[in-house]
Amino acid sequence: MSVRRRLEALAWPASSFAAVLAAWQLAVTASRSTTFPAPLAVARGFAELAARGVLVPYTADSLMRVLGGFLLALSAGVPVGLVMGWYPPAARALEPVVQILRPISPLAWIPVSIVLFGIGNGATVFLIFLAALFPIVVATSNGVRGVPELYLSAGRNFGLSPLALFRRVLLPAILPQVLVGLRIALGISWLVVVAAEMIAIDSGLGYLVIDARNAGKRYDLVIAAILLIGGIGLVLDLLARRVERLPRVRWGFPRSDGG
Amino acid sequence: MILPLRTSPLPAASKLEVHGLDVTLAGNGHSIAVLRNVDLAVAAGELICVLGPSGCGKTTLLQVLGGFLAPTRGAVLIDGEPVTRPDPRRIFVFQERGLFPWLTAAENIGFGLEKLPRGERQARVAHYVELVGLVGFERAFPHELSGGMKQRVEVARALAMNPDVLFLDEPFGALDSITRLTLRRELLRIWEAERKTIVFVTHDIEESIQLADRIVVMSQRPATVRRVVEVDIPHPRDLSSRRYLELRDGIGAEIGLAHRV
Repeated sequence: MSVRRRLEALAWPASSFAAVLAAWQLAVTASRSTTFPAPLAVARGFAELAARGVLVPYTADSLMRVLGGFLLALSAGVPVGLVMGWYPPAARALEPVVQILRPISPLAWIPVSIVLFGIGNGATVFLIFLAALFPIVVATSNGVRGVPELYLSAGRNFGLSPLALFRRVLLPAILPQVLVGLRIALGISWLVVVAAEMIAIDSGLGYLVIDARNAGKRYDLVIAAILLIGGIGLVLDLLARRVERLPRVRWGFPRSDGG
Repeated sequence: MILPLRTSPLPAASKLEVHGLDVTLAGNGHSIAVLRNVDLAVAAGELICVLGPSGCGKTTLLQVLGGFLAPTRGAVLIDGEPVTRPDPRRIFVFQERGLFPWLTAAENIGFGLEKLPRGERQARVAHYVELVGLVGFERAFPHELSGGMKQRVEVARALAMNPDVLFLDEPFGALDSITRLTLRRELLRIWEAERKTIVFVTHDIEESIQLADRIVVMSQRPATVRRVVEVDIPHPRDLSSRRYLELRDGIGAEIGLAHRV
């Protein structure tokens, strides 16, 4: 891409960002609000948090909890999804359980997780595990059910053993759909960690939000923490989308560029 | 009218034999007789076309030959042994949709060669890449290739296994007519170089006359062999020769096609 096209591509998000900032400033000024902070106050709040040295450790805490719960959900959800996708009886047995548990907001499990794990990392990781599990299970089992019979026939024709068929045909064939499930699960995990940290632990970005409000109604710090949470969520999603452009899986995302 | 068709005798030594084949498939609560009492014999190194109207059961026949589907009655023998399952000595070429989209063209062609030493595998892949005219596209993924190129990769992938039989299921059906003609010529060139036994399913009369040593003309469902026609024109075949046109019209009449559009 040429420099000019790059600049043009940046111009649109930059201008909408500027418009939001201007509207925000205008709303605070016009309403003469004393509780809701203006953009500049939030920027100062951000600097204050950075100076206190809490931003990096809190961000790291939140990310580690997401990573832990997400990896647990991945290592449980993919095998369960594979079994459900491959063996119709397993799907018939597990489907009702999944369908009952799936629509429950992970936040409803907060009391249960505290009873089980106490206040601390265990409870938050458990909540993220629950939140991330079902999207992964559903994406994997749908992926397996959707593998074209043609690929399996071709694999068998080339003399693959069942194990080789699994490794060399089934897994690569479902990978794009599993990645979509993982991206959704990661997004939900990031939503849930913030809520969980408001209740079940005393560190992390969610704790930062609730603590800034409780200890002196510092809404400048609240908004600064919220914007940081949004920014990190965006970065996580961009990273996940980058994975979808890798050559081995790009075929499964026909509408992204290069497809 | 006397049909100008010469019914072929059975070949003396058969690579592939089909005896009294019936296939009945279960549909929505009722069963459908797809093939009835099909007999067939294919000589080693022969290129045979199975010709019939769409939906007559040609693909079902090919699936049984490939070992993907068990017959209801009768048997398929290859080299005298009954076919019970797919086998890498006999490769089924799907329409271009059978390629693995997560592998490059070269990786697709080398898919069945995992057990070979690396150097030998690479040499074999390179040979078939060249044979099908895909030099320069080794590292392209299927979604980056045209339909005709994908079809070449499929054929190369099958040939790289060095099978003795190739099953082709309307391999050029989804391609434009110019690409189809080119690929037919290339298939003939490759067949003359490698002398595989080829069973080629098509619903296109002209395609079958251009390619086949013999044409197995199938009836409507439940399909049976109406007639086996010998194509007595040497390669390269002149598409406007009298014999070509006679065969075309004769086979057209055989399957009940009018001569005018």
